This record gives sequence, structure tokens and C-alpha cells, in this order.
Amino acid sequence: MKTEIAGIKPEITRQIKFDLLRDMLRIRRFEEKSAELYSLGKIRGFLHLYIGEEAIAVGAMRVLKPEDSIVATYREHGHALARGISMGSVMAEMFGKENGCSRGRGGSMHLFDAALKFYGGYAIVGGGLPIAVGLALAARMQKTNSVTACFFGDGAVAEGEFHESMNLAGLWQLPVVFLCENNLYAMGTALDRHQSQTNIAKKAESYGIKSETVDGMDVLAVEEATGKAIELVRATSRPYLIEYRTYRFRAHSMYDAELYRNKDEVELWKTRCPINGLIASMKEDGILNDHDLSEIESSIALEINQAVEYAEAGKWEPLEDLTKFVYTETLNFEL
Amino acid sequence: MNSQITYREAIRLSLREALQNDARVFLMGEDVGRYGGAYACSKGLLDEFGPDRVRDTPLSESVIVGAGIGAALGGMRPIVEVMTVNFSLLALDQVVNNAATLRHMSGGQFSIPLVVRMATGGGRQLAAQHSHSLECWYAHIPGIKVLTPATVNDARWMLPAALKDPDPVFIFEHAMLYPMEGDLDQLQGPADISKAALRREGSDITLITYGGSLFKTLEAADILSKDGIRAEVIDLRILRPLDTETIIESVSRTHRAVIIDEGWRTGSFAAEISAQIMEKAFDQLDYPVARVCSEEVPMPYAKHLEDAALPQPERIVKASREMF
Repeated sequence: MKTEIAGIKPEITRQIKFDLLRDMLRIRRFEEKSAELYSLGKIRGFLHLYIGEEAIAVGAMRVLKPEDSIVATYREHGHALARGISMGSVMAEMFGKENGCSRGRGGSMHLFDAALKFYGGYAIVGGGLPIAVGLALAARMQKTNSVTACFFGDGAVAEGEFHESMNLAGLWQLPVVFLCENNLYAMGTALDRHQSQTNIAKKAESYGIKSETVDGMDVLAVEEATGKAIELVRATSRPYLIEYRTYRFRAHSMYDAELYRNKDEVELWKTRCPINGLIASMKEDGILNDHDLSEIESSIALEINQAVEYAEAGKWEPLEDLTKFVYTETLNFEL
Repeated sequence: MNSQITYREAIRLSLREALQNDARVFLMGEDVGRYGGAYACSKGLLDEFGPDRVRDTPLSESVIVGAGIGAALGGMRPIVEVMTVNFSLLALDQVVNNAATLRHMSGGQFSIPLVVRMATGGGRQLAAQHSHSLECWYAHIPGIKVLTPATVNDARWMLPAALKDPDPVFIFEHAMLYPMEGDLDQLQGPADISKAALRREGSDITLITYGGSLFKTLEAADILSKDGIRAEVIDLRILRPLDTETIIESVSRTHRAVIIDEGWRTGSFAAEISAQIMEKAFDQLDYPVARVCSEEVPMPYAKHLEDAALPQPERIVKASREMF
């Protein structure tokens, strides 16, 4: 675990760590609540929890600017929350309500927020990468200084769309940062059972794209590496790939019996929990005590309760609106 | 003000105008630049507009279409050329799962002003992998629009209409049409992309078609007229959203309908038209609706076999005569 943040005063370091801890805990508790609500039938469809991987969304999102674009996967509650979509509108979306961030049309796997440049959860593995390349192309052609951050898992690396996207981004030098959350399993297939070259960062080399591997269980390491990568992308308009080594503590989805990995492996990775790790190091540094922690926990519990209330209170889209949003209805679309 | 030009030249004029009129427009596709386009539709545009706006891409259909979607989301007005419908199958994930869905899945937050052009159809002895007419598959998908210009005028004026449309528009250009000459109304302006067109008026039978089959159908109508059968010819022009009204209005006058469609018969677009007529004008029919489609065979290479597999004027005439 990294403990120092280079060049930053201790009191600021403390605040940053507090924020990182709170942001990761928000996701963890939100996901736990989601699992509970799934069991109660409030949330249906597929539900993919981000528990264990929180350090990546939290560390990476903090170094992205409002003008940057985000493309995520179907395991994207954490990214949505870290980007600033409210808990209430994510929860309402999973309830299928009109006040959800996608008006109940998308569900858990398709969270969107145009104002936050959150271009969505993509549920066809690899399908978001070409979109990210296009967003970066637009930014480059418009000569803006924005970067597109594209999250995907190790499973996507086997898709042709990964290779097509890497090649085009490298060839055209587009400002996109490919953020691979390597949790070692493509659903139930282990990395070494689906990749001839298991070092994902290395794959970027063949496309002329700089890359590195980062400990995805260490939020400070994630923040620092991602921050440097994004500034490099911004400065040079060249793509970059980060492979985060991480692990999901829960099943792939709520339907997964986890027959493909053993409990000892899961328990071993849990000892590397990014949240517990940060708590331990902050306590060791004397900048966090149990009272602070329970304050964070109770403020998160309150926020989650309010989010559930917001979702419960939401309306169902009227049936007569069923076929809305297939085509653009507004006549004043900017031509 | 009219002039005679080729279908290919009409498309080139429309691409050139689009690049001139809007700085957000750019072309992207395999061999659209230095090569000038596989069908020479973009010839000369790289020299005129430069490599930033006329972009040669790798052979990566999925990322080409996907990047088009992303660039459209990012405020550009991309025109993507996928060379042919045969290769577009490699991009179907982006079409079906992203282009068609993002607006709906996001609860209406995004529009995707993307135009994708591609050649379609058989007739050039290119065998089973280069002769598909799969626009019917695209027309199946809510969230996108499907245009099939058959005339020089539509080749010229549908593209500006597609660019004005806030949603993804797919344009299918039948490869046999590129060298065809026709009348261009130079002053027309963006086409109406909501209505089918009556290409020939008649009172005895309605022949319904689109794209590359239009001229075969008009030829069949000529032959029928010698028998005293006055055939009306409808060019659908747009497969989605379909202008059912024009079809039903015509069939209600003629009481007979033949649909000519280069797709395979089973699950064809012709089947959809037939069903619409059954649903909305059953009482008007004097004879069951007939379909002239491609035979159920991968396209053969040998010319006599290919000719036999595709709809031809003789088959259209035969199917029509049987109704009298």
C-alpha cells in the first residue's frame, strides 16, 4: 500500500485519503444494498457487483475532468457513483423507475448521464471500446483538450473490437486511455484459460501504445498512475493503456454459482481488500480512528436510505410511452 | 434545372457538398481516400478536403462503425462508408447493440447523427460472399433508418436529408446502379425521406420494389403494357420507417400486388410488405399477393446461374400475368 502522496502537505493527504475511503465505502455499501434488494425482488435482470474493485473507479475518476468522457461496462455502478451520478438515480434505474438515470429503460447494465459525459454501461463485452475511440476522435478533430476514459475487463481483450480499437487509436493517435480492470476472470473463464499472453499491458506494445500494470487493490497507486497517464494522454494526444490487477469478491452476477474458482483464492484476495487496506494504513498513520469511520458509515447509510426512498417513490413510465426514445422526437435538433 | 449524370457522380456531389457545408462532417472508411472509394464515390475528395476529413481506415468494420457512433455522440457528423453490406456483418454488433439502442437505453439523453453508406446486391458474378442483399436485416431494427436510393436524384438528395436527421441512417446503394445515368434535378434540395414514390402510374396491378430491382420492375411494366396490363410501380425508397400508406392506397386501386425484392424469399422484406397488405387491404385483393425474390441459394458465380437466382423482368412479368 502506498502511504505517501508525493509533494502534498500532510493535512491535504489526510483529506484525500478520507475522500478516497469514503468514495470506496459508498460503492461497497451501495452494492451490498443492491444485492439485498435483488433478493427482495426490487431489482431484477442481471446485477453485476463491483465489490473488491472499488479502488479503480474511485482512483481513476478523481483524476478525470468534467470535460472528459467516460465509457464503462455492465459492471458500472461504481463508475457511475464515482463520476457523480446520484445514488438515488442509479437505484431508481435499477428499480426500473422513471426517475432513474436512464428512465428505467436501461437498468443496472445501462447507466447514462449526458451532463456528466458518462456515455454508458455497455453490456456486450468489448462493445464500448469503438465508441470510446470515436469520442476521442471527435475531441481530437474539435481540438478540445478532453480525454476519453474507457473501462473494460480482461474478457474484452479476447474480442476483436479490443484489437481494432487499439490499432485505430494507436494509428490515429487519439486521446483515449484504455483502463483494463483485469479481475482474472472472463465471467467464469480464468485469464490463463482465455489468453495466450496473460500480460495485458504487453499487448498494447504491438499497437505502439504505452502501457503499464498497476495494483488495482491500492487506491493511491491507481490514482497516481492514472493521473500521470491521463495527463500524458492530454499533453500528447496519444493513447495509453493501464492494466489494473484486481479481483471481484462476489460472483460474476446474481446467477453465478462460482464453480470455477476455489474459496481459498477468494479469501486470499479478500485479505487485499482496497478498503480494509486503506483503513489499516490510515489508522497506522494515526489519521483515522473508529469514530471517524463510524461517522463515514452512518453518513453513507443515510445516503443509501434516501436513495432507496427516492427509488421507491419513483413512478413507472406510462405504457403509452413504451415506444418513446427510439427516434429523436424533437424538431429543434441542432442541425 | 436538369442534367444527366451517373449515380456514382450523384453520390460524389452529395459527399462533396456535405463536406463543404458543415465542418463537423467527415468521411471515414476503407479506401475512401487515396483509392477514391471502392466504387469511386469519394474520388478526389481527399485532395480537396485533406486527410483529417477524408479518413482511410484499416479493415476494421466494427471499430469504423463504432467510432462513427462515438464521434457522432461527441458532436461530429460522420459519414461512414463500409464498402459493402457483405463486410458490414463484421460491424453488426455496433449497429444492433449500440447505434440502434443508445438513445432508448439512455432514456432519450443522446441522439446519434451518424450516416453509414454501403453498396449492396448481386448481379456482377461476385459469387456467394460478395452479392448479398441484406438491407432487410437492417430494416428489422428499430432505432435506425434504412434508405435505398434507386434513382440518380435520390442518390444525390437522400444524403443531405440523412445528414439532417438526428438518428443513425443507413444508406444502401445497389452496386449495379453506380454506372447508371439518370436525370438530376440540380436545384431540388434534401429529399423527403418519409415517403415512397410512384415511379409509374397504372390501374391494373401494383408492382412494389426498391433499390436495384426498380429498373427491372420498370422494364417488366413496359412489357406488361404491351399486353394491355397497366402496372403501377412503387419505389419504396425507405425501408424503415416504411411508408405503408402509399402501398395500401395503390393496392386499393389496382387490387393486385407483386413485390420484387432481391433478398432471399424466406423472411424477406417482401414478406413484410405482403403481411402489411394482408393486414390493411385484404378485402381489396382480387388475387393473392405474389413475391419475386432471390432463389434460396448462396449466390452462384456462373452468369446463367446468377441470372436465374436473381429477380428478372421475365419473372416479374410471369408473376403478374398469372393474376389476370
